[in-house]
Amino acid sequence: MVPDAAAADEEKCLTDGMGRLQHNAFYMHRALDSNNLKDALRYAGQMLSELRTSSLSPHKYYELYMRAFDELRKVEMFFVEETRRGTYSVTDLYELVQHAANILPRLYLLCTVGSVYIKSKEAPAKDVLKDLVEMCRGIQHPVRGLFLRSYLSQISRDKLPDIGSEFEGGANTVNDAIEFVLQNFTEMNKLWVRMQYQGPIGEKAKRGKERSELRDLVGKNLHVLSQLEGVDLDMYKETVLPRILEQVVNCKDELAQHYLMDCIIQVFPDEYHLQTLETLLSAFPQLQPTVDIKTVLSLLMDRLSNYAVSSTEVLPEFLQAEAFAKLNSAVGEVIEAQVDMPISGVITLYVSLLTFTLRIHPDRIDYMDQILGACVQRLSGKTKVEDSKATKQIVALLSAPLEKYKDISTALNLPNYPRVMDHLDNATNKVMSAIIIQNIMKNNTCISTADRVDTLLELIKGLVKETDEAQDDELDEEDFKEEQNSVARLIHMLRTDDAEEMFKIISTVRKHILLGGPKRLAFTVPPVVFSALKLLRHLQNQDGDVNGQEVSVTQKKIFQFLHQTIEALSSVPSPELALKLYLQCAEAANDCGLEPVSYEFLTQAFILYEEEMADSKVQVTAIHLIIGTLQRMNVFGIENRDTLTHKASGYSAKLLKKPDQCRAVYACSHLFWVNEQDGVKDGERVLLCLKRALRIANAAQQMNATRGSSGHVTLFIEMLNKYLYFLEKGNPQITSSAIHDLIDLIRTEIQSDNTTSDPSANAFFSSTMRYIEFHKQKGGSVGENYEQIKV
Amino acid sequence: MVLVLAIGDLHIPHRAPDLPAKFKSMLVPGKIQHILCTGNLCIKEVHDYLKSLSPDLHITRGEYDEDVRYPENKTLSIGQFKLGLCHGHQIVPWGDLDSLAMLQRQLDIDILVTGHTHQFKAYKHEGGVIINPGSATGAYSSMTYDVNPSFVLMDIDGLRVVVYVYELIDGEVKVDKIDFKKTATTQSAH
Repeated sequence: MVPDAAAADEEKCLTDGMGRLQHNAFYMHRALDSNNLKDALRYAGQMLSELRTSSLSPHKYYELYMRAFDELRKVEMFFVEETRRGTYSVTDLYELVQHAANILPRLYLLCTVGSVYIKSKEAPAKDVLKDLVEMCRGIQHPVRGLFLRSYLSQISRDKLPDIGSEFEGGANTVNDAIEFVLQNFTEMNKLWVRMQYQGPIGEKAKRGKERSELRDLVGKNLHVLSQLEGVDLDMYKETVLPRILEQVVNCKDELAQHYLMDCIIQVFPDEYHLQTLETLLSAFPQLQPTVDIKTVLSLLMDRLSNYAVSSTEVLPEFLQAEAFAKLNSAVGEVIEAQVDMPISGVITLYVSLLTFTLRIHPDRIDYMDQILGACVQRLSGKTKVEDSKATKQIVALLSAPLEKYKDISTALNLPNYPRVMDHLDNATNKVMSAIIIQNIMKNNTCISTADRVDTLLELIKGLVKETDEAQDDELDEEDFKEEQNSVARLIHMLRTDDAEEMFKIISTVRKHILLGGPKRLAFTVPPVVFSALKLLRHLQNQDGDVNGQEVSVTQKKIFQFLHQTIEALSSVPSPELALKLYLQCAEAANDCGLEPVSYEFLTQAFILYEEEMADSKVQVTAIHLIIGTLQRMNVFGIENRDTLTHKASGYSAKLLKKPDQCRAVYACSHLFWVNEQDGVKDGERVLLCLKRALRIANAAQQMNATRGSSGHVTLFIEMLNKYLYFLEKGNPQITSSAIHDLIDLIRTEIQSDNTTSDPSANAFFSSTMRYIEFHKQKGGSVGENYEQIKV
Repeated sequence: MVLVLAIGDLHIPHRAPDLPAKFKSMLVPGKIQHILCTGNLCIKEVHDYLKSLSPDLHITRGEYDEDVRYPENKTLSIGQFKLGLCHGHQIVPWGDLDSLAMLQRQLDIDILVTGHTHQFKAYKHEGGVIINPGSATGAYSSMTYDVNPSFVLMDIDGLRVVVYVYELIDGEVKVDKIDFKKTATTQSAH
């Protein structure tokens, strides 16, 4: 039948059934009102016959049942009234209702009377309950039976001879209550399981769905048991749990087993689970192989994890119960037993176990390693894990100790940690590596031994090493940069104050980054270089303490190291960066007093300038950096210094654009005048430079005049400022006439018709003139120089 | 009251992993009107971070900056003051106040913010004020030994600017302040 038509059909069936039910209920009430018990019972029987239907799905049957349930409450009230009044005795009623024609209505009525019977206390509760639970066996149809027994459970709930209840006493003990509930549970489970085998084979899925709808009816019994006062830990341990587990295992039904195990864990207190761990866990391997045990086991471990942190008094119980050992072997057994469990399932189990262990035994690093080791075992023999669910779980597994311990050293000390990471494919390794780096940065952890650095960089090799995989090319450029920049930042966290060890660390780091290939070196080389330079400084500070010989050897080693490291950039190629780094090293060597080393670095910088810098903008920056560095150096003897300054000035004059040439050349003037006490103060060479720069400025003027622009005026004003600078510093070669000439030249240019007005140049000139005026008026030693200047 | 943050030479990630935590907690978005950054960030992430602190961000190029499009120098007006920004590696001798003063005259500004030396300086001369906020991360410098992380906050109010310098010394943030007043007679010939 077409589903819609079937559904419509069912709906009609329900509506019809409801109609008839209400119809009979109406007459039943009329009979009750006129105290006509016989008729009332007859109508009741007819009403309850609606529940004999086989045409409704459980979902719809439930509606019918609920209506009948409501009606029966009124019947029960009537029974209570009548027995109190003495019109009928309970035993009479018990007898009378059995006249109902069909067994199902008969049993519903019997249960209803039974409730009254127990309340009246004319018979011991246990006897009535026993009777009823046995009689319900008469209904073997699953759906009808389940609802009938559910009815029995509902109405008996408040009448169980629990400890402290009014129905306890004499022969009635809580054991009877437990026995009753257990029996009802067992029978209900059997009925529920039987549903699986009913109906045509093709409708298996439908049956599964229908069974799911009814599962809470069965589970309710467990809930009732958990609520009984009399079910304390001992009772649970001795009687309740073993009986429940017996049924669960014996029913051999996948759906029932999964649901009921889940139910047990959720319904009974965690404290009980802890104390019955062995019993509970022993059931797992006995379950059907298709049961998804891992979710149940994970649920158990997670609940116990939460229980552990709920209060500090709880932890010792865990130790006493040897929870870890039991769970550990249970996990192992389950994985052994379920051969087909996918790897993601296996890892999920270990994640739950690890989380549990981190909470209960945070100090037992050996347990963590054990768990990781078990994972390694399961993963070995397989190629790199590619299943995304599994990789997600492995990432969760590896992240858990990081979050807990904050200090990555703990994770690094677990021998199995890197082994687990080995099984990740490259993409997942990168994900995990990023997590590791984040952890280090967030917690500001320093990794302070070369060994640990080595382990760490090996761990995160997905980010550090170049691989052949095409994945490298596919990576988004922005992402790649971010990735490599995080590695660069990490390098600064790899340090220690012990100089020997620090050198080992940077050597180790370099070893790893050299495997990164040209794309990564531009990011990773600078931090290594600066770490080395910092180490050098550190050594310099210690200079006084250590005997000079040893120290300088290590200094030389570091400079060698620096040289080799920067050389690696030629494979990228990255000449601009290399030039800058060479200049840094040159200055550092200068500070250590190592003339040849410094000279060598400057040579390398010049070579790069000559051979690799074609772009004129790049050249301008580079030459200023060279001049600026050279200007600060005092370690050179005359010959070396001459060679270098000559080269610098030469290149300055050869820059492409005239203004750039001019500026670079006058910058060179500072190479010959150092303001420090013992600094070179070669006035003539300074003047030579300035004159050369002035010639270039003039040439620029010629070129601009043909175009009618006036940019060169600024150059002249700059020259003027430079002349003034050296005048102030006391360079005897600077004459006031040269300055006057310049001032006149500038004035002429500004006022000239050929050039367009340049407000910024005018402002520059004005402020320069004000500067002169200021110093003239101020007088003093500086003012003396200005005496000659006429404005 | 206009707050201007002067900051630079972070050298992330070449020479330092990040800004000091104490600085980060002080630099809260929405409180600062302008940021003048001397350069050498060096990467986009730092740019984005500064941008999050204040929408009006000005950066000049440092020699290690990843983004080569930053200008060599920049001028802007804030209130009554004309400010200029330049990293400083272009001015030889590096850190030389007289040479920097020449740049100041050239740009016709009251306050020149510059960096490169990683050493805090606030220097008043006849033409105005030169401020070097130092290195915000305490990054290595060939020119300065023992660099303490530092940055500068300027409070511009009318003709007065109060310069607050924040330095991280031995794990503690120390603040110092310097007052500068602009004389109304400092006019440029326009």
